[in-house]
Amino acid sequence: MTVPVTIRLQEADFDVAREVAALSRGNTDIGAVVSFSGICRGEEGGDAIAALTLEHYPGMAEAEIARHAEEALARWPLTGITVIHRFGRIVPGENIVLVVTASSHREAAFQGAEFLMDYLKTRAPFWKREEGTSGSGWVDAHDRDDSAAARWAKS
Amino acid sequence: MKVLYFAWVRERVGKAEEALDPPAAVATVADLIAWLSQRGDEYAHAFEKPKVIRAAIDRMHVKQDTMIAGAHEIAFFPPMTGG
Repeated sequence: MTVPVTIRLQEADFDVAREVAALSRGNTDIGAVVSFSGICRGEEGGDAIAALTLEHYPGMAEAEIARHAEEALARWPLTGITVIHRFGRIVPGENIVLVVTASSHREAAFQGAEFLMDYLKTRAPFWKREEGTSGSGWVDAHDRDDSAAARWAKS
Repeated sequence: MKVLYFAWVRERVGKAEEALDPPAAVATVADLIAWLSQRGDEYAHAFEKPKVIRAAIDRMHVKQDTMIAGAHEIAFFPPMTGG
């Protein structure tokens, strides 16, 4: 059986409930669905955020996410994966990213979703530019994201 | 080869992509960064901290000691901040 893997990069917003339903509909093998949504905050370190602008590397971003979806399928008995990442200008309260994983049991679904998110943050070629009250600038990468991704490295 | 720049590397260089034909002595990604840095103030500014710069050859992440021979597309960018 081929596991359904959906990867979309898009400027438009998406509907989390609809994406979760689309992944699980009609599949009675699924006992667990985990979804993670990344949402644009209205504040960062005490500064109000007017918007984020996401730049990406077209072609490589899809390929990098697809490679990690394959890796997740090899590691856990997942029965479905959906990854949606937006680009362009995103205002507070709007979705940025969605990862949905389905499996027969919850452990694989949770771990698969965490793995995909950790790698998305550190390996998928996207960059955030923040428009704040005191001007705008590129968001710096966090060491904590690298540490989170490092825990999945195979020894 | 086609060279692409993203995020603040793109802003500092002042262009998103260009076609370049570096000399044969430019063998690795690190050599290419050093060669680019000599091309003008905008490049020197973009690559002033080479260790911070990430690179991809033909859409795969690579380390800076990777050989560039045969590459069609080389991209330079800051650490990723998506998700």
